[in-house]
Amino acid sequence: MLAIEGIDVYYGDIPALREVSLKVEEGELVALVGPNGAGKTTTLRVISGLLKPISGRVLLEGRPLAKEPAHKIVELGISQVLEGGRIFTGLTVLENLELGAFGAKARKAKNESLRWVFSIFPRLEERQAQRAGTLSGGERQMLAIGRALMSKPKLLLLDEPSFGLAPLLVVQILQMITEINRQGVTVLLVEQNVRAALELTNRAYVIENGRIVGEGSGEALLSFESIRSAYLA
Amino acid sequence: MLQELAQKLVFGILVGGLYGLAAVGLSLIFGVTKFLNVAHGELLMIGGYAAFWIFTLWAVDPFVSLPVVALLLVLIGFVLYKLLFARMVTLTEDNKIKNTMLVGFGLSLILQNMARVFFTADDRGITTAYSGASITLFGVSIPVVRLAGLAVSLICLLALHLFLRKTYTGKALRATVQDWEAATIMGIDIQRVYLLAFVIGAALAGVAGALVAVCYSISPTMGLDWTLRALVVMVLGGLGSIMGTFIAGLVLGVTLSVVGGTWREIAALILFLLVLVLRPQGLFGTKEG
Repeated sequence: MLAIEGIDVYYGDIPALREVSLKVEEGELVALVGPNGAGKTTTLRVISGLLKPISGRVLLEGRPLAKEPAHKIVELGISQVLEGGRIFTGLTVLENLELGAFGAKARKAKNESLRWVFSIFPRLEERQAQRAGTLSGGERQMLAIGRALMSKPKLLLLDEPSFGLAPLLVVQILQMITEINRQGVTVLLVEQNVRAALELTNRAYVIENGRIVGEGSGEALLSFESIRSAYLA
Repeated sequence: MLQELAQKLVFGILVGGLYGLAAVGLSLIFGVTKFLNVAHGELLMIGGYAAFWIFTLWAVDPFVSLPVVALLLVLIGFVLYKLLFARMVTLTEDNKIKNTMLVGFGLSLILQNMARVFFTADDRGITTAYSGASITLFGVSIPVVRLAGLAVSLICLLALHLFLRKTYTGKALRATVQDWEAATIMGIDIQRVYLLAFVIGAALAGVAGALVAVCYSISPTMGLDWTLRALVVMVLGGLGSIMGTFIAGLVLGVTLSVVGGTWREIAALILFLLVLVLRPQGLFGTKEG
């Protein structure tokens, strides 16, 4: 469904991604793991169009995305949850969700999408009239994911959805992500919680210094010696 | 003595509504785009002259021609945005403020001088059949046109408030103010949001200018005064609150009116500095917008 082919990205003179290629098949839950500053977030930002690579291609169902501005890519079926959630704190929970369905097609299906999101995150339904700024950390992350689902994406990009949450909440959020994937949404997950991510996913890529250095099933990577020593020690 | 004070208070409130209206336009543009358009006062001036000529040439009542003036300013705002401001969208926030200020100063000089060439440097005002009418309450006189001006200001602000709260586009605008990147990945084309905020701000300035032409007087050089007042009110009110900005307009109007004479400008600036030092988010602003 998604293919990235030989992406190069520079921040000024500094290379952030070099020759990055990866694939996500329909229905998969794929993780992208690696140390801080390896290029995980940059990769997601290239896919969602917030960053344009200087070379390489991003293909969604065979269609190149290079020329599409970020606000169009949402309508093509890719939705992103930014690092830290970045909900609109001054708006209500419901307004945040409504904005998730901003595109013309998504707007028509708004009520149906809203019911779907509330079925996954019942807490959001209880809090819908509240200002998003009053939510707890876990609820904010639920809102960020729910907001991204409102566009009915084919592919959901998640940037560290468990960051800064208490261990119990991490488990809960990751379970919800599995459930979303089970309901047919393809997921590309960036996680700093490597063990949890690898236990969860079908397949994972390991990225270091802007290069993909490993790929395999979650189980295989878990037993991979260098990964064990680098991330799971 | 008490009656004199009450009279000053009333005059202050009446002119303060126009300060509020002028400032809400400036504040909307600044809040959304971070463009500090120091030619905002010139947009008022253009609105004022538009209403004046429509009245003088075709005898159309200035309150009736308000929608036409607003539409004209939407067009002018559109052209100015596309010609001058659109290219600054990608700058950092600091550079946006600096560059738009420079462009705005240049623009204000051009517009001022053009107005002087085409319309002469004379003060103008719109005098309708009802211009002299006033209501007297407890010995305090309330000019009817100024009262109507205040009412129009309030209606405009209420309409803007409803637009921002109730419509999809309005919510997109508020979302863009908070986090343009998150707004972008919702599918919001922030370039269009910026343009929209700019033309709405221009239209509000146009309406304010037309009201100034009816209630007071206009001249080619009026712009700078109005830009400064709008800036003071914007800071007083704090970003992100329409009602806050409007009330700040009333506060400034009353302050200037009560202090009066040569001290008024000084009083306004002292008020401005006090707020900057003591409450930089403004009297009614919140950190979260």
